[in-house]
Amino acid sequence: MLTRIKGAKIVDPGNMDGVYKDIIIRDGLINALIEPEEAFDPGDVTEIKEIDATGMVAVPGLIDLHVHLREPGHEYKETIETGAKAAVRGGFTTICPMPNTSPVNDNSQVTAYIVNRAKELGLCHILPVGAITHGLEGNTLAEYGDMQQKGMVAISDDGRPVADARVMRRAMEYANGLNLPVISHAEDLSLARNGAMNEGITATVLGIKGIPNAAESVMVMRDIALAELTGARVHIAHVSCEESVDAIRHGKARGVKVTAETAPHYFTLTEEAVAQYDTHAKMNPPLRTEKDRQAIIEGLVDGTLDIIATDHAPHSPLEKEVEFDRAAFGIVGLETSLALSLGLVQEGKLSLSQLIEKMSKNPAAILGIDNDLKPGNPADITLIDTEAYHTIDPDTFFSKGVNTPFVGFNVKGEAWMTLVQGRVVFQKDV
Amino acid sequence: MRFEHKDLLDINSLSPQDITMILDTAEGMKEINKRPVKKVPTLRGKTIVLFFQEPSTRTKLSFDIAAKRLSADVISISTGSSSIVKGETLIDTVKNLEAMSPDIIVMRHSSSGAAQLIARKLSPSVVNAGDGLHAHPTQSLLDMMTVREKKGRIEGLKIAIIGDIAHSRVARSNINGFTKMGATVNVTAPGTMIPKGIETLGCHVAPDIESCVEGADVVMMLRIQKERQEKILFPSEREYASRFGLTRERLALARMDAIVMHPGPMNRGVEIANGVADGKRSVILEQVTNGVALRMAVFYLVAGGKKYADKD
Repeated sequence: MLTRIKGAKIVDPGNMDGVYKDIIIRDGLINALIEPEEAFDPGDVTEIKEIDATGMVAVPGLIDLHVHLREPGHEYKETIETGAKAAVRGGFTTICPMPNTSPVNDNSQVTAYIVNRAKELGLCHILPVGAITHGLEGNTLAEYGDMQQKGMVAISDDGRPVADARVMRRAMEYANGLNLPVISHAEDLSLARNGAMNEGITATVLGIKGIPNAAESVMVMRDIALAELTGARVHIAHVSCEESVDAIRHGKARGVKVTAETAPHYFTLTEEAVAQYDTHAKMNPPLRTEKDRQAIIEGLVDGTLDIIATDHAPHSPLEKEVEFDRAAFGIVGLETSLALSLGLVQEGKLSLSQLIEKMSKNPAAILGIDNDLKPGNPADITLIDTEAYHTIDPDTFFSKGVNTPFVGFNVKGEAWMTLVQGRVVFQKDV
Repeated sequence: MRFEHKDLLDINSLSPQDITMILDTAEGMKEINKRPVKKVPTLRGKTIVLFFQEPSTRTKLSFDIAAKRLSADVISISTGSSSIVKGETLIDTVKNLEAMSPDIIVMRHSSSGAAQLIARKLSPSVVNAGDGLHAHPTQSLLDMMTVREKKGRIEGLKIAIIGDIAHSRVARSNINGFTKMGATVNVTAPGTMIPKGIETLGCHVAPDIESCVEGADVVMMLRIQKERQEKILFPSEREYASRFGLTRERLALARMDAIVMHPGPMNRGVEIANGVADGKRSVILEQVTNGVALRMAVFYLVAGGKKYADKD
């Protein structure tokens, strides 16, 4: 079968920036990019599907390096299926679920389960992140090689830091031999413990125990030092504060193999979102101050922060409609990320091409994936309607999680269609 | 003017006029407590639930007595006897209470914001008897009542608050209340007990107890919780007493007519010297006496406040 995407403007960072081409897809792969009115000889193929994407922007499929799918173990919060549906609706063609499931993804059986489930669903690519240590307990290394053979693409104890620097060092040294990136959940628990929001004026007024910026930045600095020591690739997850951005900028200048991500909430909101004890504004690391928010944007603009991930963390009302200090950390993000991130383009902070680098090209590079829109590559394509005004409404989410602080936000731009290996896996209702 | 609030959750949501009305009402209530028959029928037929999720003796007793003197029916449940220990959520527990039609729920809870959480979900009035580190509005109001009684005013006074500001809901509510009423508030404590950005509440942080107390009209000491020592907030009670304890010598730096307050329970010899606690400037027991009248006033006003609100 052949598919022709007609009329879209192509933004493929590094290759094309706003060129009008039709994309020909054959057998799940990009076959050719041709001029809009150019005839195409389908050869012996009789069935040609045409997608009129006039007014849309075609980009290499978005990749989210940091999600929580909750399956196995906490299916009441999210399943691989609902998470994948949320992903393709948000324009993502590849997502990387973190290993803090139950059981933990610290062995090849769990990895294989997730990968097989993804194949059965056929929605998007799901590339699991394996645990650094058994049971995320920070003591002994999980079998990275075995998991990698089943499709694991990176390691992290996300949700928990690897507290022991020696264990982290060994993990980096070992992972380096497998060319696996080590994703650091940077948090010094001795500084963060019992904290429920950013340490600062709002926490003082509300009487909530705070988590200082230093709880993050000291660990960022440690892991950059360990990356320099070991030569391993380290990727800093969910950067929230100015000091971490500075440390990463400095590390990159020294030639350390460090990459970093932030999430839309860190460049959109500040600690003030917590003001009415809103548990939907509770996440870890916490929302920081305006100064930090500006530093995050600055880090995205100058390239210190390579990617935008969501840290999609679905929870049920059981964990959120409770006392603030007892509420679970985390918010959903797959279905709001693109719209919120396009805000940076609308504000003139990033070009659309730069944004697609953050949401597709750079995460692909970290994972070692070539996702250029060129013949021979899988047809993982997101068609974005950059002009679609809408209001964020959790009732419309495909995710089971409705825990978002962005309820009622008026935003512009969203995924109009998502194709994975040439198949339409999401199409916006018209 | 009338009291428009259904709930009393914190000082922040009260206007200076609200506070004045509460204090005026409390002064009127005080006389009832001196009668041979200390009971009026004001809240007869009203049901007040005291829902204490944190240990408390004096605050609970004070609310209990206040409710009974107004002829309300009082039911008291605490952590041990409630379903919370059986795993029920806070909202489910209070929804069950609500189903039995109480008029006022008085809650103490260890989580900041808990009172706001339940007030959003409930139709009965909610009176916050202390939520986490956030607020303890009735304590602050009874402190203001005591100060106004002794000094004739609050505006223009200098208030010194010494102790663990970071972990004190009393401090937060008092900084809020006294500054709202036009007083100047100075605080001091070891650096471990001064939370980030406390100045934004309107107080000043003094470098030591001497400069904090100097020229003060009111010296308020906060309880040092011994378990905090394990949390590395201070090296020893001995050192705390020597650096931040209120002694006669330090009190002499305050105004001649300065009063000494403490929300209790006191650690004699730690934050407050024995002689100062029992000295003629101490109004600590009068705070307790005023607490009953103040809580009677709060019950009276929130009960009526709701009634008026319903009419509108």
